[in-house]
Amino acid sequence: MSAGDFNIQYVARLARLSLTPEEEQTLASQLGSILGYIEKLREVNVDGIEPTSHAVPLVNVTRPDEDRPSFSNEEALLNAPARANGLFVAPKIVE
Amino acid sequence: MNRMLHTLTLAECAQKLDAREISSRELTQACLDRIQKVDPVVKAFLRIDPADALAQADATDSLRAQGATSARQPLLGIPVGMKDVIAVKGHTLTCGSRILGSFVSPYDATVTEKLRSAGAVIFGRLNMDEFAMGSSTENSAFFTTRNPWDPSRIPGGSSGGSAAAVAADEAPAALGSDTGGSIRQPAALCGCVGLKPTYGLVSRFGLVAFASSLDQIGPFTKDVRDSARMLSVLSGHDRRDSTSLPRPVPDYEKALGGGLKGMKLGLAREFMVGGLDPEVKAAVDAAVRQLTALGAEIVEVSLPHSEYAVAVYYIIATAEASANLARFDGIRYGARVDGADPIQLYERTRGLGFGAEVKRRIILGTYVLSSGYYDAYYLRAQKVRTLIRQDFLNAFEKVDAIVSPTTPTAAFKAGEKTSDPLQMYLSDVFTISCNLAGIPGISIPCGFTRSPHLPIGLQLLGKPFGEETLLRVAHAYEQSTNWRRERPPL
Repeated sequence: MSAGDFNIQYVARLARLSLTPEEEQTLASQLGSILGYIEKLREVNVDGIEPTSHAVPLVNVTRPDEDRPSFSNEEALLNAPARANGLFVAPKIVE
Repeated sequence: MNRMLHTLTLAECAQKLDAREISSRELTQACLDRIQKVDPVVKAFLRIDPADALAQADATDSLRAQGATSARQPLLGIPVGMKDVIAVKGHTLTCGSRILGSFVSPYDATVTEKLRSAGAVIFGRLNMDEFAMGSSTENSAFFTTRNPWDPSRIPGGSSGGSAAAVAADEAPAALGSDTGGSIRQPAALCGCVGLKPTYGLVSRFGLVAFASSLDQIGPFTKDVRDSARMLSVLSGHDRRDSTSLPRPVPDYEKALGGGLKGMKLGLAREFMVGGLDPEVKAAVDAAVRQLTALGAEIVEVSLPHSEYAVAVYYIIATAEASANLARFDGIRYGARVDGADPIQLYERTRGLGFGAEVKRRIILGTYVLSSGYYDAYYLRAQKVRTLIRQDFLNAFEKVDAIVSPTTPTAAFKAGEKTSDPLQMYLSDVFTISCNLAGIPGISIPCGFTRSPHLPIGLQLLGKPFGEETLLRVAHAYEQSTNWRRERPPL
């Protein structure tokens, strides 16, 4: 657990986030100090402690599998940045 | 004359409406007039459509003419402002971000439906830090909301618009969301009442997700009775939110009244140290004495892992945010920036659409979840979260509620902390552990700093689903003091 090997360009790529060189510089230094602060968690003995993913645990939440009203095609496309023939227009994915 | 209608509480509005002393149109118009007068300074609202609000008001006036009253619809004809992260069908929703472009919600959030059934006038879109990430509204992509008590200062955040609107009498009540203090902190800094319910009590269906294991919706009001009334409206199981708990909803107003005899209140020794402003400490000490005078017994408790809460929070909240905000990719909604291939389209859209704080958190969250770091950061944080929650459950074996300051200082100046994100994060030290533990918390006014004259908030934390006790203690304290009667100099 070390902030030293933090590679901003690699992480930005994972996050699908383009950053300007200035943003890379600022973020790298700010995150360096935040990660430094987070290091304090190493002091805590967590041997045998179960992780908490939700504070109020619920398991196997189900509901009846039945038809319910849903969006019309028009409503679903209401906010589309690009649309044609009742579909979202997306960039070409397969050559 | 129906002057000053905008200053009424929900309970007072309901009473005057039921008595036909006023109409919803008059009340709604009074709030619109107030907005016109003070919002150029306060800047709480991102958007308000007077014609839409008045049409809703007229509809409730017709219902009332046909015999409807607040007995069955407690908010009938009363305007309620909405943080711009909660869906209202046909209204814009930006989350304080540019990435959503001109997004219009195609459906109502569950809380919006509940407000409508209760008769409320859904009233405008309130400013916030982008995607609820921030403590000042300075991260809004549009503008910074100002503190009604001193416009050179911030109102807190992320629900700063909601807190400022209620404190400035622009709306009798508003909704916000609280992931690490985003209801309680701005309520404290603006001098109103803000309640974060127990995780699972209020449905998040239609709330744009930030950190799903922490987010809760809650009300801003002018007093504690109104907070109880709002909570009764908002609570309840919703099968569209799988984290919502199937349990009956009490009438929270029935919990109010009576003294505090036999009530045990905890003072966490870890909460009364380092970085606490002397005037805030003095106000909280005085509030504790007042609670004792009302019959409560004060017991010292210990929350030994609370010093790790900020670190745990900034791992868990950013990890969840990095996953939740993956949906903003420029394909199905929002502003799109084209690229040579899909990856470049995503990267450019997100690079241009998100602001600095959101980028910072996405990067941090992606990093702590990335291969090779998951165990060291995310898994360890989840384990320390277990210890933080256990500290609270241990404390609640001895006490009914825990008393603390809501914030270490009163409202700070705009621009004071923007260059140092870590300092901004540390200002959430008292509110964050409540979300990690999933327990309820409320902030109520408990005094003012001398010069400048700024509100100070008292925080009460309760057992899971202990809202009735919290509201009862908060109400008893509030009714024995006069802080709520002071209005900002607008």
